[in-house]
Amino acid sequence: MYAFVNGPLVWIAFAVLVLGSLWQIVSLYKMSKRTDKVYYDHYNPGAAAASVWAWLMPFGSRSWREHPGLTVGTFAFHVCLIAVPLFALGHAATLEFNRGIAWPSLPDAVADKMTLVFLAAALFLLIRRFAVPQVRIVTECKDIVVWVITVLPFLTGYLSAHKLLLDPDTMLMLHVFTGCLMLICIPFTKLAHVFLFFMTRAFIGSEFARRGTKTW
Amino acid sequence: MSDQMPVNAEEIMAVIERNDSARLRAWLKTCTSCGLCSESCFFYLANDNKPEFMPQYKARKTLGELMKNKGKVTRAQLEEMKEVAWARCTMCRRCSQYCPFGIEIAVMINVARQCMRTQNVCPDRLMTIDQSYVEFGNQMSIPDEEFVETCEWMAEEGQDRLKDLEIPIDKEDTNIMFVVNSREPKYYPQDIQEAAMVMHAAGENWTMPSHGWEATNLSMFSGNLKVAGQVTQTLYDAAIKLRAKKICITECGHAYRAAKYEGPYWTKQPGGKAPVEVTHAVALFHSYMKEGRIKLKHKFKDAITYQHPCNLSRSGDLGELGDELMEMLCENYVPMEPHREWSHCCCGGGGFIPMGADYKKTRMVAGKVKAEQIQKTGAKFVLVPCHNCTDQINDLNKEYNLGIKVMSFKELICELMDLPPHMKPEGEEDE
Repeated sequence: MYAFVNGPLVWIAFAVLVLGSLWQIVSLYKMSKRTDKVYYDHYNPGAAAASVWAWLMPFGSRSWREHPGLTVGTFAFHVCLIAVPLFALGHAATLEFNRGIAWPSLPDAVADKMTLVFLAAALFLLIRRFAVPQVRIVTECKDIVVWVITVLPFLTGYLSAHKLLLDPDTMLMLHVFTGCLMLICIPFTKLAHVFLFFMTRAFIGSEFARRGTKTW
Repeated sequence: MSDQMPVNAEEIMAVIERNDSARLRAWLKTCTSCGLCSESCFFYLANDNKPEFMPQYKARKTLGELMKNKGKVTRAQLEEMKEVAWARCTMCRRCSQYCPFGIEIAVMINVARQCMRTQNVCPDRLMTIDQSYVEFGNQMSIPDEEFVETCEWMAEEGQDRLKDLEIPIDKEDTNIMFVVNSREPKYYPQDIQEAAMVMHAAGENWTMPSHGWEATNLSMFSGNLKVAGQVTQTLYDAAIKLRAKKICITECGHAYRAAKYEGPYWTKQPGGKAPVEVTHAVALFHSYMKEGRIKLKHKFKDAITYQHPCNLSRSGDLGELGDELMEMLCENYVPMEPHREWSHCCCGGGGFIPMGADYKKTRMVAGKVKAEQIQKTGAKFVLVPCHNCTDQINDLNKEYNLGIKVMSFKELICELMDLPPHMKPEGEEDE
């Protein structure tokens, strides 16, 4: 079990992530060629890029500026979500040990704090889901499931790094397992917004630009 | 009675399949239910932030339910959806601007409206209007002859204000083919006269068609896109027949959006572009002022604010020009906040005004946001370049005791413009 999770499962997860995402992107692209004439008629690369960029920047869009609390929470959540797994020392060391690829890493203390920031931000987003009536009314079971799937790798990573709760090997296995689960889920759940974000924003940027209007 | 007719799920699904696009699928897959659309919506704000008024919820309760049930819903369910799709959304598209993914809830509501329209579930007045378009070519059931007579009458009467005022009908090879909202010949023929005065004073080579003069396209909002396409095609055909360089839409919002942006798709124009360039009175008057073709006696002196209609300033490209024209005409222009493309809908759009008395109360409640915006500017004059906004703001004026006067650009320009001596009517002395 331990060998499977820490070996083949990791490869399977990455393969599913890459192939699944590619499949989603290619099939949507092909479909758009047939169904979204409006997009290709008015595609505006400048507006599309500006629209993506403004929303990737904290307070870059009017909507972000008008909701400062959520903006801080969302950006803390996403920045840590991406940076910690990519640059955690444990991950870099594993990569170098197994594949001989040198990879930049964050000092443990930094990754540790960022994990806590991530967990705090995740908790904030969860509480917001239930505390804010207009968010609660549209929250579904699958929103919670996606939240759990995203949070588990961080929680288990933190616990295993600090040798808490379970014996370190089991916790490490849980960490790898939940991490793989998240990667596998990205193309097939709402987590697909990782890549769909760029497509939908490029569309709306162009669509509003043809009307002389900004969406940021 | 249509109330007893069974619901035809196949017809509903045909609409959904026709609208099944990659962007719709991507929207459904990405929405993380973050709730950022809520506060962008004036319905939500005006109804005490009730969560049921937040945009995503509205899309879910209409198109979402129809998709989930594969069109197999009851008439009672459709009636409930009707109240959401028509009485809680004007498709003003402000929520798309506030969504991190740019999801267009208005497009989804529009698809839901199309689905319901196949079952004759739609506010009655809007359905009657579809019929009027088919029978008369305009929403107010005016025969073409009557329209032409109105123009002749207005030209004649207008000669008291501008010497030799003409309203050329069916003149070929003109620069502008001016088209109106049929509300003008029906209730406000003065509007036609004033537009004619401005164009005459600017030395424009223009005309109006005797057929295809109606610019409004309310079928866009009833969900009957077949009729919407017919109305647009009639407009394009008239311009092509008269070889007009441009179609100019009167001060009306959805008419401009329909003719310039949506119409080309309903009528399957190559490249999604209208076969004849479409412009709007705001842009036309702006060019007259900028080029010095219209001179003013003086600028308008009182504090005045400007209603940016959604279909002109958000779904159309006239936000900036509207502001600039205000600056050129008025000394004391006080913009509402937010304005231009971020403007709030007044709740006259999306078919709301023609939906009639049944929906007036809803309209007055949701219009509170606009009423407060106007109040905050402190201005007692509101310039409104859209007929539906005009009706709504006049109603809001009474409802909320705003004590304001609503004006149009043509009205304001006619009041302020300095006519060249040869256009001044006999006996009028220089001031």
